Amino acid sequence: MANPNGIGASVRRREDARFLTGRGTYTDDINRPGQTHAVFVRSPYAHARITGIDAAEAMQAPGVIAVLTGADMEADKVGSLPCGWQIHSKDGSPMKEPPHFPIARDRTRYVGDAIAVVIAETREQAKDAAELVMVDYEELPAAVTSLKALEGGAPLVHDDVGGNVCFDWHLGDAAAVDAAFAQAAHVAKLDLVNQRLVPNAMEPRAALGEYDRATGEHTLTTTSQNPHVIRLLMGAFVLGIPEHKLRVVAPDVGGGFGSKIFHYGEEAVVTWAAKKVGRPVKWTAERSESFLTDAHGRDHVSHAELAMDRDGNFLALRVSTIANMGAYLSTFAPSIPTYLYATLLAGQYKTPAIYAEVKAVFTNTVPVDAYRGAGRPEACYLIERLVEVAAAETGIDKAELRRRNFVPASAMPYQTPVALQYDTGDFAKNLDIALPLVDYDGFAARRGESARRGKLRGIGFATYIEACGIAPSNVAGALGARAGLYESAEVRFHPTGSVTVFTGSHSHGQGHETTFAQLVSERFGVPIENVEIVHGDTSKIPFGMGTYGSRSLAVGGSAIVKAMDKVERKAKKIAAHMLEAAEADIEVKDGRFVVAGTDKALTIGDIALQAYVPHNFPLDELEPGLDEQAFYDPKNFTYPNGCHVCEVEIDPDTGVVQVVSFAAVDDFGRVINPLIVEGQVHGGLVQGIGQALYENCVYDEDSGQLITGSYMDYCMPRADDVPSFTVRYHEDQPCTHNPLGVKGCGEAGTIGASAAVMNAVVHALSEYGVTHLDMPATPERVWQAIRRHTPAQAAE
Amino acid sequence: MYAFTYHRPKSVADAVALLGQFEDPKLLGGGQTLLPTLKQRLARPSDLIDLGQIPELQGIREEAGGLTVGAFTRHAEVAHSETVRRVIPALASLAEGIGDRQVRNMGTLGGSICNADPSADYPAAIVALKATVRTDRREIAGDDFFTGMFETALEPGEIVTAVHFQKPDKAAYAKFRNPASRYAIVGVFVAVFGSEVRVAVTGAGPSVFRADDMEAALAQDFRADALNGASVSAAGLNADIHASADYRAHLVRVMARRAVEACG
Repeated sequence: MANPNGIGASVRRREDARFLTGRGTYTDDINRPGQTHAVFVRSPYAHARITGIDAAEAMQAPGVIAVLTGADMEADKVGSLPCGWQIHSKDGSPMKEPPHFPIARDRTRYVGDAIAVVIAETREQAKDAAELVMVDYEELPAAVTSLKALEGGAPLVHDDVGGNVCFDWHLGDAAAVDAAFAQAAHVAKLDLVNQRLVPNAMEPRAALGEYDRATGEHTLTTTSQNPHVIRLLMGAFVLGIPEHKLRVVAPDVGGGFGSKIFHYGEEAVVTWAAKKVGRPVKWTAERSESFLTDAHGRDHVSHAELAMDRDGNFLALRVSTIANMGAYLSTFAPSIPTYLYATLLAGQYKTPAIYAEVKAVFTNTVPVDAYRGAGRPEACYLIERLVEVAAAETGIDKAELRRRNFVPASAMPYQTPVALQYDTGDFAKNLDIALPLVDYDGFAARRGESARRGKLRGIGFATYIEACGIAPSNVAGALGARAGLYESAEVRFHPTGSVTVFTGSHSHGQGHETTFAQLVSERFGVPIENVEIVHGDTSKIPFGMGTYGSRSLAVGGSAIVKAMDKVERKAKKIAAHMLEAAEADIEVKDGRFVVAGTDKALTIGDIALQAYVPHNFPLDELEPGLDEQAFYDPKNFTYPNGCHVCEVEIDPDTGVVQVVSFAAVDDFGRVINPLIVEGQVHGGLVQGIGQALYENCVYDEDSGQLITGSYMDYCMPRADDVPSFTVRYHEDQPCTHNPLGVKGCGEAGTIGASAAVMNAVVHALSEYGVTHLDMPATPERVWQAIRRHTPAQAAE
Repeated sequence: MYAFTYHRPKSVADAVALLGQFEDPKLLGGGQTLLPTLKQRLARPSDLIDLGQIPELQGIREEAGGLTVGAFTRHAEVAHSETVRRVIPALASLAEGIGDRQVRNMGTLGGSICNADPSADYPAAIVALKATVRTDRREIAGDDFFTGMFETALEPGEIVTAVHFQKPDKAAYAKFRNPASRYAIVGVFVAVFGSEVRVAVTGAGPSVFRADDMEAALAQDFRADALNGASVSAAGLNADIHASADYRAHLVRVMARRAVEACG
């Protein structure tokens, strides 16, 4: 009988009971005796020299304990926030890596840059006093957009970074691409912007620093997706605290979407200040502070060209991208527009030659780093928009053009011209499932029906592939990573047969407490309620790399499987001893250890008890206990892929776009919990639709002030903005190189959706001759596009 | 939020008296604008006078063929009131479209019109429905109440107690909402009183205004197509990252058409 909580079961998320009843424990919920509160004085200018800080009046304010500045940190030899990835430019020179201090020292480089921290008895007192800190600024001209920062004579964000260029990198074979373009029958070209986004996790960032004078141990509780990475970076590079004296805890975390991967200055400040003032120090961002200081996402400006032969076969792709890094390099910023972007430019297509250039630019804006999808949505958007332009220009049906150029399933494993090797994928199958699902053939009739109501209708595709399960450490290292990218797990059976699993992955919405427990329940027949998943505390879990890049199940889950393999090997030996059988005759069936061909069997609980009460135990051969640890370093990336189809209706009178249907057909390899997978897809789709239609982070181009600094101006997608989704997946292309055959599902929706929506929008507008529109397709942008292409109205 | 002293008077007279006592008092209605402003430390009133416990400011009743709505009536109450739905359904429909559910459950009619946000919905109803704004000391014609962006005809220390709306023969409100804030980028309230047609526009300009050309056209021929030749000039209209002045001018006509169509 199948385990009702095993692999493939839609087990409801066990963690939701505490989240939905308000019993989660988030960083800000934790309060310590004697705790103080930190409030940051932040720069009101995008770019200014700090010529003086006078904290005398603030120090006199009620409840104030300390006002600390960059100079105090410098005196304590606090270091710069390190960057975890190094890129080399075309000429071999390393990227420019200017220092990024937790509190600015002599210059502020974006609105929101920390200038000082006030520590007081209450948060309100700290806020009152922060207003009394007198900072003398000498305002400097700002370089706000990436294009303006590249102009000759643009203000320099860092004096020693000429032209504001962090690196000028490339990938692929330029000569082969040039040759292919010379032979092309048709070239499709596109300029496009992938706009900047604010991540907007539901829980704002927070950090609580503690110092134990008796033991010399520091504890940082923080809103992080990867506490060990924070411990390593902050301990070794910023504060000089050895790892055995530094504990980092990431308790319940309310969403990250990438923005909580990075090591932020506030974490270092509260940890450092807790020792300095001798009391715990807590900081919690307000929402407006989150807008100003969370690392933003995307912000690419690109030009792309696709060469085709007369039959529409893709010959070569040429891409040039300018990526905005913001004012400083955030932890993984350089890897996003390079190895997580350009390597995906082959998409699902067998384009034989690809060349990509990426110029990364410093600007006077908050740093830009990974945001759900991280490079891959940018790649998918570029390719899929360009393919749609190519289809329109050549008159080849857009589904057919894609099909014609897909890497066939028979060609797997497939080496792309941009470094990756896809292991599995049947892209035509995704399309075959999707087309009837959306009644592609019936589109013309639906468009006619819309037209009768005065509406425009369009249908758009996005056939995406992403590289997840990040990453083989040696490959990542060769590409510039300054860390390994394995994952850890420990599976600890207790004497009475219950289990605690310690994972290096971190759940901040992904449902690990359910999915990971299903793995254990399936393997050993342990009731799921007897499995506890522990994550997020460096004092409990083995060294782990955390959760991002849809890696938890593919890498973290594989580590759990490896640890369970070790448990099983040992349990077999114990069972053989207990059942007086040969080890080779012990089989594991439905979670029971059976002597082959007999009815003699033990449960894992029987074995665990013997392991801890070893009265009948092979002590000369085995150690007591049943507790195994494993690290898993992936052999390759995993390659989730799929076909997303969006249909929109546009009101030409107002320009309002309504998503009327959305179907996602995905290949995530093997699926452990379909309910959670579907939820991840839904969330991802909404974020992708959000980028396509609503979200846009806008800085004033001259002053560098953040214009979209609140939900009054930054438009998040809401439930009533999206249709009921049609979600399908198939499991017959499992990943070939991890033990579960899983690929990852966390980012897929976001990666495919924006392109599918925009392709549908442009298709709907095609009757006006519109060939491209930049995101977000706001009502006014759509209306202006219609107006530009309607001479009579434009003249009116 | 800065510290302030909180008061909860039981009558309008007490509230007026309190207003006169302090250096920088503020009246608190539903708090949907004032509280976020305080939280962001953008205002520093010495005293907050909560109007929520004053019976005189509550309630919806029929009066002189129209409706009188107490200043402290919350948007949700107007939206769900059987009386409003029967007498001026367009007003209930307007209230139903303000902000989101949380805003409607807290925000009040008096708070909204006294704040005079250029993109608030109620000003369009005040003007189109020939309303009279009643205060502790006088009556102000709806046409004279809004004097500019965030400005009204109220004197210092004056408290709005109720609004009387006249019952139109027919009326409808069409709103193009800001997708982020859900305020009106443009809201057009069309109301017909015998041969008189009123077209009040909110969101588009610094303050609510009447679209004279449209009123004239509709008075001649009350059909959406009658608006084809009428338009609102983009000059002087609001412009922001969500909508240019041109777009707003265009939307005024589109929303006016929709309101006329909705009048039936």
